[in-house]
Amino acid sequence: MTTATPTIAAGTQQTDGPKSVAGRVRKRLNSRTATLVSIIIALVWTVPTFGLFISSFRPEDQIKTTGWWTFFTNPQFTMENYQEVLFGRSSSSGQLASYFINSLAITIPSVLFPLAFAALAAYALAWINFRGRDWLYIAIFALQIVPLQMALVPLLKFFSTGVTVAGVQVLPAWDLVDEQKFAQVWFAHTCFALPFAVFLLHNFISQLPGDLMEAARVDGASHPKIFRTIVLPLITPALAAFGIFQFLWVWNDLLVALIFAGGGDETAPLTVRLAEMAGTRGNEWQRLTAGAFVSIVVPLIVFLSLQRFFVRGLLAGSVKG
Amino acid sequence: MEFDFAEEQPKFLMLMYGLIAFVAVVGGLLLLLDVVPAWFTRRREARLVAASASGAPLPRRRKQREGTVALFFLLPALLLLTIGLVIPAIRTTLLSFMDSGSTHWVGLRNYGWLFSENFVVRVLINSLIWVLLVPLVATAFGLIYAVLVDKARFEAVAKSLIFLPMAISFVGASIIWKFVYAYRGDDQEQIGLLNQIVVSLGGEPKQWLLESPLNTLLLIVIMIWIQAGFAMVVLSAAIKAIPADIVEAARLDGVSPWQMFWRITMPSIRPALIVVVVTLSIATLKVFDIVRTATNGNYDTSVIANEMYNQAFRYGENGQGSALAVFLFVLVIPIVIYQIRNLRQQREG
Repeated sequence: MTTATPTIAAGTQQTDGPKSVAGRVRKRLNSRTATLVSIIIALVWTVPTFGLFISSFRPEDQIKTTGWWTFFTNPQFTMENYQEVLFGRSSSSGQLASYFINSLAITIPSVLFPLAFAALAAYALAWINFRGRDWLYIAIFALQIVPLQMALVPLLKFFSTGVTVAGVQVLPAWDLVDEQKFAQVWFAHTCFALPFAVFLLHNFISQLPGDLMEAARVDGASHPKIFRTIVLPLITPALAAFGIFQFLWVWNDLLVALIFAGGGDETAPLTVRLAEMAGTRGNEWQRLTAGAFVSIVVPLIVFLSLQRFFVRGLLAGSVKG
Repeated sequence: MEFDFAEEQPKFLMLMYGLIAFVAVVGGLLLLLDVVPAWFTRRREARLVAASASGAPLPRRRKQREGTVALFFLLPALLLLTIGLVIPAIRTTLLSFMDSGSTHWVGLRNYGWLFSENFVVRVLINSLIWVLLVPLVATAFGLIYAVLVDKARFEAVAKSLIFLPMAISFVGASIIWKFVYAYRGDDQEQIGLLNQIVVSLGGEPKQWLLESPLNTLLLIVIMIWIQAGFAMVVLSAAIKAIPADIVEAARLDGVSPWQMFWRITMPSIRPALIVVVVTLSIATLKVFDIVRTATNGNYDTSVIANEMYNQAFRYGENGQGSALAVFLFVLVIPIVIYQIRNLRQQREG
């Protein structure tokens, strides 16, 4: 994201000066409407979140009887909702602290595994000569279009009953209980992330200067050594971009978690719990508002602090294609 | 049940196992790749020395080794892709021709069901509405906003505001908007923003999410709200990449902003525009979280992905669920082919 410097902007505005009075009026009107429209759009995009945010700090009876906008005329502030939704005793209160930990436990390995595996694969596809390399890359690239819905039923079966070929048990069932089910979720997320990850990282790695690789090869460096000492440091921005991408995706995912993590507080992440609360306790706004913010705050921090990388990755992944 | 930190310990333990596994697998692989070839090299060198000493022709094996190294680099990714994606996708395709328990072949019956049951047809129509509206409207908003704030003061902040919903989960966004759509009886004070606006304009408050087909449109609003930021960022970057001299030349010719937009901006950003629309179309086809959180697919709002989940994981209808998944896949293919053709044209043109 480049932003024009103020001097350039001022210069272009001057050369753009309309000649007639009518033109000037029209131009001012244009820029007025432009400003107005952009402000309206900005409002529509922020006010709903803002309203929820304000509401999460209002007492229960207030949320349920008056609109959040009355907060400004009658401000009443409480942390009760957060206390209740995070650490509450009753089963209806949310107990989100537990689910928050689940979200963390699911997300961290689900980011690291695809990151490492995709970097390795992307390096091989870009810089090691072997037969069928291009075909392999195209095949992995093409896998991006397979909706993960196509994999859900058999993958779940793979976890629960293992693999049998012609009546012979080739691989046993995973038979995971409670928090061990995290492993299933990691596995599923890693598989589903790989095509895009390989594609994105390949975009970066293949654009590294060939001379550099050649020089290293001539010096007798092996591929693993080149990968570790030359490639990895150079593609850190790309790794960060994909890392953020995958972090947001996994943290915010509902479908994969719903199927592979189960619904209990041993493994289910925040999204699963929130969706459940929105369904069964749809009018308990004091919990929903606070709960929604508990789930939003981590990705928001990650996003805001690393936006630069994220945007770069987004552009590399979608435009260069 | 007080929140007890000790009870959470198994989770951290599991997380630690996961991290240890990560270090072991990746570190082990790199180590293996470092040690084994070094060993081979030493052996080959020894053989070379022996060969040159005895005057025999020198063996050359370099190429084959490259292949082995590549295989190890690719092994984890290929293994996981095969187990987690390729085989399951093939199996799903097969399952779609079998009955609910996946024991008997039923031919095309599941696909017949797809187009004959009224409620499934409704689901397909809803998905069609989604995929027609979301990409177009989200792209339009993103484009308008990108053009309007381009080179404006506070551009970075203004863009962040629109972009921020991208960080919010679909579930979170659905709750945010459910709150906007919230309803209370018309003799009570409204707590939902939308009903408040309607009431203050003299209208009757409505149960927005219960009224078909309006509710589908209101769910679509959520998706547009999330995705417009993506469109805006990509298009904004494309707009900034338009060569300055072209813009300058047009300015000197006295082109109005309107003409500038249609004659210069639009043609220049066309590739980016297509990418955005295609990406959004695919994302929209797979939308699941919003519908599930906001209405759970009730009141005629269900879409393909949601119905697929219901059939396969709630009703145990593996055949019908798989048929829906395959149908989803089939719908994605033409979009992707279109994009690939476009990319190829660009490279040639």
